Amino acid sequence: MADTYDGPILEIDRLSISFFTRLREIPAVMDFSVAVQPGEAVGLVGESGCGKSTVALGVMQDLGKNGRIVGGSIKFKGRDLGAMSADELRQIRGSEIAMIYQEPMASLNPAMKIGRQLMEVPMIHRGSSEKEAYDRALQVVTDVKLPDPKRILDSYPHQLSGGQQQRIVIAMALMAEPSLLILDEPTTALDVTVEAAVVELVKDLGKKYGTSMLFISHNLGLVLETCDRLCVMYSGEAVERGSIADVFDEMQHPYTQALFRSIPLPGADKNARPLRAIPGNFPLPHERPQGCNFGPRCDYFEAGRCDVGDIPMAQVPGNDRHATRCVKFQEIDWKAPMALEATKEKGEPGKVVLRMDNLKKYYEVAANALFGSSGETKVVKANETLSFEARESETLAIVGESGCGKSTFAKVLMGLETATEGEILLDNKPIQSTAIEDRDTKTISDIQMVFQNPFDTLNPSMTVGRQIMRALEIFGIGDSEDARRKRMLELLDLVKLPRAFADRMPRQLSGGQKQRVGIARAFAGDARIVVADEPVSALDVSVQAAVTDLLMEIQREHKTTLLFISHDLSIVRYLSDRVMVMYLGHVVELGTTDQVFAPPYHPYTEALLSAVPIADTSVEKTHIVLEGDIPSAMNPPSGCPFQTRCRWKDRVPGGLCESEVPAQKTLADGHQIKCHLSDAVLAEMDAVIKVAAE
Amino acid sequence: MGLFILRRVWVMLLTALCLTFIVFFLTNLYPNLEKLAKSEGNFRMTDEQVDSWLSNRGYTDNVFSKYGQWLGVLPGYVIEGSDGETRARCAIPGEPVEDAATFCGVLQGNWGSSTVFKVPVLDKVGESLALTGKLMFWVLVVMVPSALLLGVLAGMREGSATDRSLSTIAITTTATPEYVSGVILIAVFASSTAGLQWFKATAASAMEDANFENFFLPVLTIALYGMGYIARMTRASMAEVMTAQYIRTARLKGVSFGNIVMKHALRNALIAPFTVIMLQFPWLLNGVVIVETLFNYKGFGWTLVQAAGNNDIELLLGVSVVSVFVVLITQLISDIGYVYLNPRISVS
Amino acid sequence: MDPLSWGEIIARVMAQLTPVWIALVLLFVVSILFKRRLGLYGKLFDSMIGMIGFALVMFWVFTGLFGAMGLIVTHDSLAQIASMKNKVPGTAILGVEEGIYPYYLLGGDNLGRDVFSRMVDGAWVVMQIAPLATVFAFMVGITLGLPAGYYGGRLDTGLSFLANLILAFPVILLFYLLVTPEIIATGIPNYMATFLFIFPLVFAAVLLNSRYHTRPSLRTPLLIGVLGVLGWLYLSLVSEVGSKVHILPGFADLFDVPSGILVVFVSVVFVNSPTVFRIVRGLTMDIKTRDYVAAAATRGEGPWYIMLWEILPNARGPLIVDFCLRIGYTTILLGTLGFFGLGLPPESPDWGTTINDGRRLLRIYLHPALVPAFSLLSLVLGLNLLADGLREESLRD
Repeated sequence: MADTYDGPILEIDRLSISFFTRLREIPAVMDFSVAVQPGEAVGLVGESGCGKSTVALGVMQDLGKNGRIVGGSIKFKGRDLGAMSADELRQIRGSEIAMIYQEPMASLNPAMKIGRQLMEVPMIHRGSSEKEAYDRALQVVTDVKLPDPKRILDSYPHQLSGGQQQRIVIAMALMAEPSLLILDEPTTALDVTVEAAVVELVKDLGKKYGTSMLFISHNLGLVLETCDRLCVMYSGEAVERGSIADVFDEMQHPYTQALFRSIPLPGADKNARPLRAIPGNFPLPHERPQGCNFGPRCDYFEAGRCDVGDIPMAQVPGNDRHATRCVKFQEIDWKAPMALEATKEKGEPGKVVLRMDNLKKYYEVAANALFGSSGETKVVKANETLSFEARESETLAIVGESGCGKSTFAKVLMGLETATEGEILLDNKPIQSTAIEDRDTKTISDIQMVFQNPFDTLNPSMTVGRQIMRALEIFGIGDSEDARRKRMLELLDLVKLPRAFADRMPRQLSGGQKQRVGIARAFAGDARIVVADEPVSALDVSVQAAVTDLLMEIQREHKTTLLFISHDLSIVRYLSDRVMVMYLGHVVELGTTDQVFAPPYHPYTEALLSAVPIADTSVEKTHIVLEGDIPSAMNPPSGCPFQTRCRWKDRVPGGLCESEVPAQKTLADGHQIKCHLSDAVLAEMDAVIKVAAE
Repeated sequence: MGLFILRRVWVMLLTALCLTFIVFFLTNLYPNLEKLAKSEGNFRMTDEQVDSWLSNRGYTDNVFSKYGQWLGVLPGYVIEGSDGETRARCAIPGEPVEDAATFCGVLQGNWGSSTVFKVPVLDKVGESLALTGKLMFWVLVVMVPSALLLGVLAGMREGSATDRSLSTIAITTTATPEYVSGVILIAVFASSTAGLQWFKATAASAMEDANFENFFLPVLTIALYGMGYIARMTRASMAEVMTAQYIRTARLKGVSFGNIVMKHALRNALIAPFTVIMLQFPWLLNGVVIVETLFNYKGFGWTLVQAAGNNDIELLLGVSVVSVFVVLITQLISDIGYVYLNPRISVS
Repeated sequence: MDPLSWGEIIARVMAQLTPVWIALVLLFVVSILFKRRLGLYGKLFDSMIGMIGFALVMFWVFTGLFGAMGLIVTHDSLAQIASMKNKVPGTAILGVEEGIYPYYLLGGDNLGRDVFSRMVDGAWVVMQIAPLATVFAFMVGITLGLPAGYYGGRLDTGLSFLANLILAFPVILLFYLLVTPEIIATGIPNYMATFLFIFPLVFAAVLLNSRYHTRPSLRTPLLIGVLGVLGWLYLSLVSEVGSKVHILPGFADLFDVPSGILVVFVSVVFVNSPTVFRIVRGLTMDIKTRDYVAAAATRGEGPWYIMLWEILPNARGPLIVDFCLRIGYTTILLGTLGFFGLGLPPESPDWGTTINDGRRLLRIYLHPALVPAFSLLSLVLGLNLLADGLREESLRD
């Protein structure tokens, strides 16, 4: 039937989906239309809670007990999915439409061998024999570039790494060569370099099998790299729809514009060209405003026009299939440059406050975690000879993927663990072997931390005010309850939260607000060094900018030293003064931001830069895809830690990379690199990111 | 795997040692011994007579040495008593003391003899264990399949009418201890005043010849209580698995509902209840004691009550050792089974 | 006088229970009116199952309470009227004196005691022991489970071994070994009580000290006050004139606990705490990986503050649910003890003992055993339903 049909593969028309709870009906998706043409990849972009995943589940007709389609239709190859019987749906699911999920581990059956799970698909849909199914599985697993496919088919999901699991999920989706593939944030749980490889794979396979794709993501950069068209969603509605080029370069909706202005693109600078956060908060589904949902947060809001009646999608004249949900789109001057906020004085780095000298942290772990303590132990080298210094009001970024040792480093610095070797000097006082319980209050309050997960950073059963006051109490600040309460309210002011929040419970706060409380708590004892462990990576794009800005502002005022741990190179480039790149416990590169982001690179930095998706059509990137996964810290490769994935390895003579850990060498002033490559080879390197001249 | 079992066995032996020691200690406290002396000797003994009776038989040694002797790792006592007679722990009645073996404890197979039943402890325990084994076999046959079926049926569609009604049944049976359900069952099915008189209210005849009429009520009484608990665990586990992402994956792969339950959900959902079933054994032992008393079935539980009620120290020790081992062995099986069922735990 | 018909019996029993109905209705009206402001307790009234369970539980609580106040019982539960032996429900008492209730509403038992009054008094026995014993078991389990889960390592191995040791003991065997007159004579239950009941004190002391140690001016008087009161209660509880543990002089001893009850209490706490320990330990291991625990550690909080103020409050959901279930289990255990005639005095009106008394003649006379059997069943069922309702509601949003 696919041969005779030549319309769009998927056509969603004015779709509305609601969830029904005991109290009320909660509309999750409203008046949503999109079409996916054969062979086309359409991106669905939006922040969490905007309804993009609901659309995907709506297409699969799998909304659970509470969800229901309350309006509109979903047509697959011209047939209405809503009108199909359960049996017909089952025929289509898995064979015609396949889905790839966010968490690969959770979406594979833990008690079933990979092979069985793959073979099931052709056996159900094509009635294949075991043998045929097995051959097909073998072929697809080879297609997704997994090593040793036979062994993989015979293993259980937990025996594979995250990247491999995601490849299996992709393989499972491709088993029946579907005409439509729905990808729901397929790479969110993966490391950047692994993500890049998976995205590459999806693109290639999409072309090879001629599959149409619906790609759901919160990351504009990723959509730019994978899709032909995109649809931006905000609070349950599509706000803008069009080709990548149209939406990225000629955006016609204030939300799209605000979104682009709040993400750190190359060229943004924390002092000269700061990001612009979107004011306000995402509306809750049952508290949506009248008229335009984005109205209350919009710069172009006009009372009387934007807050009355439903706003329909309007075609943008002159562009192909480009539509926007804004009544004023033809009046707004989209080319007008962003109103520059007051540029800020650059904080001058002062004296050195923190110095690491050959810091090492090794763990001894039982070789067999479950049935251990039978003698055999293994040494895990979590941190290997870390040396650097950090100055007053300086931002030092620590970059790396999972297993690189950045969290261990934070623990040692905080005193939760003690160092195995080397020194940590705080104001020239060694603290590396003083555990936190032996540190004096001053030292403790000087070094504080902001945590990654906003939903986990506050104690859920204590009010916000109490938690900050407890920190004050512990740091010995204020001599009475009243004094501490006053100071706590000042801290709330500092992080720009209303004072009324003092009596709220954490569950009443949004993610960004919680993160602000976390920052207030860290600064309770006037911390001089703040370790920020991916403080914004779990936040929505529009909130990220606001929290980052807040951190910068407090840093400027308090001359704080900020150790910013992150895997996101865009944000690192935006806010840090110096960058330290780590891989498997080793510092592979250290230098000022400019030095690290320009050639010569360490091969790993180069790959990392290439892997980070950038949401800018004018940027050209060199394409570098790393082979394989990050090795386990339990079982590191011999010689250079990066040698298993390095593309420059053959430029080093004599197999040196496999036998010896390279020495730290200094390239330019303060620019250090840990690599065997000769200076001549390093000099050959090209810049990975080039901004096309405008 | 071997190493793992070895470790578990080691811990198990240690536990068994500790537990038997506690039982030994508690049963050998002075008031118990005094009672023993009076019931074995005569009831009008003076305190001094009690003391000499006890010390002549090695009961006044310190508890560790007595425990060692009972266990068979320390040489049995040979005491020349205050009455001039020489007694040895290991002496066989009617044979000279000099020929007695040095060690005679549980490890040598010498479990002493019961003062109540006047037979060797080992015989009594073996005999009653066989009877209880028969009871337990039928309990498991009735309980496990019905509990699992109940749980799976309720859990596969959480919140449905089937789920609600099956769950209510399960909760009610867990809220009914054996002495309550037994009484109600007898009242309904076996009493002469109002009951249906389908079954017999005593299972005494079932020891020889168990049939549906005399054996069903005791079996059902034990099974009911445990069944509700297992069914609820299975239901919870099943309901959780059914909301797991991989079940959605399977559904969106086009797998039919029946196959989702059978192929994808069942194995994962049975991991938790399996452990529970095994850990139910100490609990079932409880039920056995109650039901055997209630239905006058002279099995292991009945023997325990008799031994405890009549201060039959040797028998009580024997019963304790066996029950502790039964519990520990089921725990071991549960551990191994868990590893086997759950591929995420790899033992290499 | 004629015996009452079944309709009359029901009507009279209902009338006898009037105070209970009034209290129940009041409680439910007030609770439902303010349910949005009462947190988890209020949410309970959103779930049908939870409400039924709560009603059953509160029925028995009120029955026990008002029964003890003498508002419900029709006769002294120990008084025997020879002519009323094994009489069916609704039998009138022959030659009744003025001022004595003229009927045995639910019949008489084999000694001619009133089954209805014994049922009501039995509820009071359960209400006195089961919740309190469960509280003590929780104190022990929490105080040991938190450090075991938080520190792990050898401490955990040791404590877990001990807990497994107790769990591997068949409960009935333990009771038979512990709850005998001979063991009571040795004073072992008293020593165990001395040890087990100290946990609430330790718990309160550590709880308050970890929270207020930065403010000595508040901490010291608070600790002295709280520990003083608790300490006195503790000493009154464990110390008994004439028993092995005799610390307080008789005049300072606030109350006496009969040694039979004490040993029952101790055994029940003893067999329940390992399970609580395991639950708390598991929850602690889970919660200690949260960032807010790390945040507390990085600001230099002591381990006990982290355990008691950061971890424990966030483990409360599952613990409350388990608390309800455990009261039910304790009720069953008490019944088991009564059933085997262990600990409680033989004439005690508690349900287990009554069931045991009644079962001997069960094939002829049903009511003496069936009444307490259904009482126990309904209370435990209520607790289970309540726990289910709480679990369901606490999982929601």
